[in-house]
Amino acid sequence: MIKLLKNLGKKDWIYAFICFILVVSQVWLELKMPDYMQKITILVQTEGSGMGEILKNGAYMIACALGSLLSAVIVGYFASSIAATFSMKVREKLFHKVQKLAMNEIKQFSTNSLITRTTNDITQIEMVVAMGLQLMIKAPITAIWAIMKILNKNWQWSALIGVGVVILISVISILMSIVIPKFKIVQKLIDKINGVTRENLTGIRVVKAFNAEEYQENKFEEVNNKLTRQQIFNQRMFSILSPTMYLIMYFLTLSIYFVGAHLINEAGMTDKVALFGDMVVFSSYGMQVIMSFLMLAMIFMMLPRAGVSASRINEVLETEITIKDGKINKDKTDETGIVEFKNVSFKYPDGEEYVLKDISFKANKGETIAFIGSTGSGKSTLINLIPRFYDVTSGEILVDGINVKDYTQEFLHNKIGYISQKAVIFNETIKNNITYGENGRGEISDKKIKEAIEVAQAKEFIDKLDNGYETQMAQGGTNVSGGQKQRISIARAIARDPEIYIFDDSFSALDYKTDSNLRKELKKYTKDATTLIVAQRIGTIINSDKILVLDEGKMVGYGTHKELLENCEVYRQIATSQLSKEELENA
Amino acid sequence: MPRMRGPRREPAPAEKAKDFKGAIKRLFHELHGFRLLIGIAFILAILGSILSIIAPDKLSNLTDEIQKGLLGNMNMEAITNIAIFLASIYILSALFTFIQALCMTTVSNKFAKSLRSRISKKINKLPLKYFDSHSIGDILSRVTNDIDLIAQSMNQSLATLVSSITLFLGTIIMMFYTNWIMALTAIGATIIGFIFMFLILSKSQKYFVQRQVELGNLDGHIEEIYSGLNVVKAYNGEKDANKKFDIYNKKVCVAEQKSHFLSGLMHPIMNFIGNFGYVAVCIVGALLTMNNMITFGVIIAFITYVRLFTSPLSQIAQGMTQLQTIAAASERVFEFVDEEEMAKEDNLTENLRKEDVKGKIEFRNVMFKYEGTEKPTINNFSAIAKPGQKIAIVGPTGAGKTTMVNLLMKFYEINSGDILIDDISTKKLKRENIHELFTMVLQDTWLFEGTIKENIAYNGDITDEKIKEVCKIVGLDHFIRTLPNGYDAKISDNDTVSAGQKQLLTIARGMLQNTPFLILDEATSNVDTRTEELVQEAMDKLMKGKTSFIIAHRLSTIKNADLILVMNDGNIIEQGNHEELMAKQGFYADLYNSQFEN
Repeated sequence: MIKLLKNLGKKDWIYAFICFILVVSQVWLELKMPDYMQKITILVQTEGSGMGEILKNGAYMIACALGSLLSAVIVGYFASSIAATFSMKVREKLFHKVQKLAMNEIKQFSTNSLITRTTNDITQIEMVVAMGLQLMIKAPITAIWAIMKILNKNWQWSALIGVGVVILISVISILMSIVIPKFKIVQKLIDKINGVTRENLTGIRVVKAFNAEEYQENKFEEVNNKLTRQQIFNQRMFSILSPTMYLIMYFLTLSIYFVGAHLINEAGMTDKVALFGDMVVFSSYGMQVIMSFLMLAMIFMMLPRAGVSASRINEVLETEITIKDGKINKDKTDETGIVEFKNVSFKYPDGEEYVLKDISFKANKGETIAFIGSTGSGKSTLINLIPRFYDVTSGEILVDGINVKDYTQEFLHNKIGYISQKAVIFNETIKNNITYGENGRGEISDKKIKEAIEVAQAKEFIDKLDNGYETQMAQGGTNVSGGQKQRISIARAIARDPEIYIFDDSFSALDYKTDSNLRKELKKYTKDATTLIVAQRIGTIINSDKILVLDEGKMVGYGTHKELLENCEVYRQIATSQLSKEELENA
Repeated sequence: MPRMRGPRREPAPAEKAKDFKGAIKRLFHELHGFRLLIGIAFILAILGSILSIIAPDKLSNLTDEIQKGLLGNMNMEAITNIAIFLASIYILSALFTFIQALCMTTVSNKFAKSLRSRISKKINKLPLKYFDSHSIGDILSRVTNDIDLIAQSMNQSLATLVSSITLFLGTIIMMFYTNWIMALTAIGATIIGFIFMFLILSKSQKYFVQRQVELGNLDGHIEEIYSGLNVVKAYNGEKDANKKFDIYNKKVCVAEQKSHFLSGLMHPIMNFIGNFGYVAVCIVGALLTMNNMITFGVIIAFITYVRLFTSPLSQIAQGMTQLQTIAAASERVFEFVDEEEMAKEDNLTENLRKEDVKGKIEFRNVMFKYEGTEKPTINNFSAIAKPGQKIAIVGPTGAGKTTMVNLLMKFYEINSGDILIDDISTKKLKRENIHELFTMVLQDTWLFEGTIKENIAYNGDITDEKIKEVCKIVGLDHFIRTLPNGYDAKISDNDTVSAGQKQLLTIARGMLQNTPFLILDEATSNVDTRTEELVQEAMDKLMKGKTSFIIAHRLSTIKNADLILVMNDGNIIEQGNHEELMAKQGFYADLYNSQFEN
């Protein structure tokens, strides 16, 4: 939490200091009021005191109230400004940081967790900063000041207030220690309710097919019962809180008066009126003290939560960026589109086994290299090393003869047209989705966009849309099908005119026919580009110049389809599971 | 007694119900079963409020007595009596509030529970077509968010509203009863402040909505960029992303600042109103006391009245906002509960016993169209599947292959024509009966959180031996036994069970059903080659001697099928066996050949 506060600028600290001064003066004014109250009370009591005096004191008191209102307003203004800019800055920092993280670090945090950290956790902290600036300064000052004011006046009344505070704090802390751990249980049960319902909804066909409606409902009811029981327990505990608070406050006032009656009764004639005034003041100071302790209790309830949020944010901010930018931002040779792996191995920093082990191959300009292997064989990881989503553990990867680590990432990425396994669609028009990002060669022309759409086999469905390629995509592209999303993301790569295409299993969402047409058109359109394809289907890669077969991170075969059929057992297994013998031979 | 509130609860933007009155009426109607508890709560709330109004009056008596004592001897007996009386009022009032809260907690939670149950039951009574047009997220948010909102707001608002209104009216009456001049002073002094406060409140509402919208935009952007980070990086989209982020972030910052500031004003203004009322009451009170029109005790009483008078007003405002929220949320919940259910089938008497079914299925001029589409998805389709035959359904993704499954399982009603099982129309059979006859193994392997055993035995009473037996057949036994806890191992989100193994589990589950008909979805794109072979073997074993419908992806299946249905754009465009279709040189032949060409 304190570490994060360093993000506040000089201006913010000045604001915070002004807030502090204003809060102190606010407390001073608020505590001044009972003095005037007392004077007014005494004046009203005393025979023959002029109306002018009362009015004067009344005016002072209202002036105090106004002053306190005014400083509260100013404090509110500064506090909300500090809190809002603070969260803006931290959010910005976090967002920039996340973009620089390597993919394995992102996996480690998980995307969802990173999203919550950037949104929820920051809001959480912002609330504490805003509240803290006002309450955290105000409550202790008020409490201490108010106690000081009454301490030397009368010990009996002071003791009463002390007892009140002790009871109040113990009630709150006992309740909290019982209920707060239960909140986690409630949260878990709510997640479970969600889970059971989601299960039923996603599997609705299966549930129906198995006539298992009752089974699901019973399961739901079980969680539902647990949740309801827990909720009722929690809320019942909480309903003790409010009446007890008020009981304490009312009893405090009552006891002050009751004890006061005895005190006045025993006091000498001259002290009686003064004591009476003190009594009225005490009951109002007592309230102040109780209220400030209430506020403190509230803050102490919020702090741990904010602390957790803060440490979650810091965890990201403190992650060291492992992928450092190189310096080279122009080509050395005219030869482009060459990708070479030299004894490349890769494992996750805290992983035990290598994901990839000793991979070497070279792709020349215009060649198509395919990567195939079972799930978990490392083929996706392999091609993700080229745009430096991860960095190799040992060995090196050369693009156009230069180690990828030596390029600036921007320049390296300009050479690459990368299509991910899961199509990524942005909440923009189709056109903006296709021209996404920068390629270092200025804007992409409309003609180019149209060509890209055609090559990517996306023309037919885009033309059918009401606004053509100006059609707005929903978030996550939910308004088009999976295959259509993939075709848009392929068009994005084509429009970029890259030297090297990287298809990370991008064809699985397409049917055989589209798949084959697309590759045919692409080949025609990009004769000079080097193409790297990860695929599941034999049909997709059968005509590649070279096929690299991976098994558990090791390269177990490298050659053409025909060669591999003859000499690579793993490849033969994959192939025969998909196509019959004669089909393989005919191909 | 007014209820405790947090120091600065932010007024959340009230969501507007489409028909506020209707929703509230419906809500009270639904709450009928709880009317006794609610009644008790309301009466206690009213009693509690009345007690809080009496108390200041008594407190002023106490001060009066003490004040009398200033001049002479104090009447300690009278003072003690009043104090005891006051103490009992305070305790009673606290007790009332407590019991009232207990009642409302029970009501709101039990009510929420019954709503949740109703939604859960409703899900399984809805026709599948409902889920075509409604997202899962939407239904889930009704089960959790909306119902939570109703429960929480109901718990807080209903009784509070009743007690606040009582308190408000009661205080006014008591004030006028005690002294009308003072009453006018107190009301006059506070009302100006309140008008001012409501103005601010309505203004801050606007900024809260704005903040919510801006925050939504920002969160959306963050989600988009984070989840597509590899593409953002590869396309050098960082600058663009940052630019957009900065704009959204700035907007959130501004909206947040304004809304926080305005809502933060509430508390100090309330304070000021209280203080202003206090001074006004004191000054006017002093004037009156000097003229001997009232006693000092009245001033003390009015000091409390001012406080009593100011707090219910803001609570009423808050309560009304909460009612709005309840109305909007319950509208959504009831909308779901009221959805049209699948047709009742009590009048259907035909029944096919699993053991007696021969396995023939006939499609006779079947016509079907999805609601809201113009063209029929399946038009005048006729075909016969003889017992034990293999029927393959092929076509590009999105061609409507699952529609066939949906019709077979009677998930949807066909518009005209007929589907017959052993020459009996499915229209005459109950859905439950049809489901008994089919086993379905789908591409998206559906497993739930629970043990492996529970998942395989799903909704059936099956012995452990039987489970082990099928697991051996599909080749899972060894794998399961390597897991910690073996057959009692929990299946959760983590990767202990791979996609292929999940598929095998669902096949094992299907095998135990031992039905005359099978529906299989062969997709194996998520499965590595070795597991794929295992899955294939298991499926072959499963199909033995059964009439099976297969959504085919592998060429070998297609070629061996007795009947191939070729679908495109939702229509069955060709049917026949492999040779016939190849000879036709049509869509199928094209599709088939496309794998080899380049």
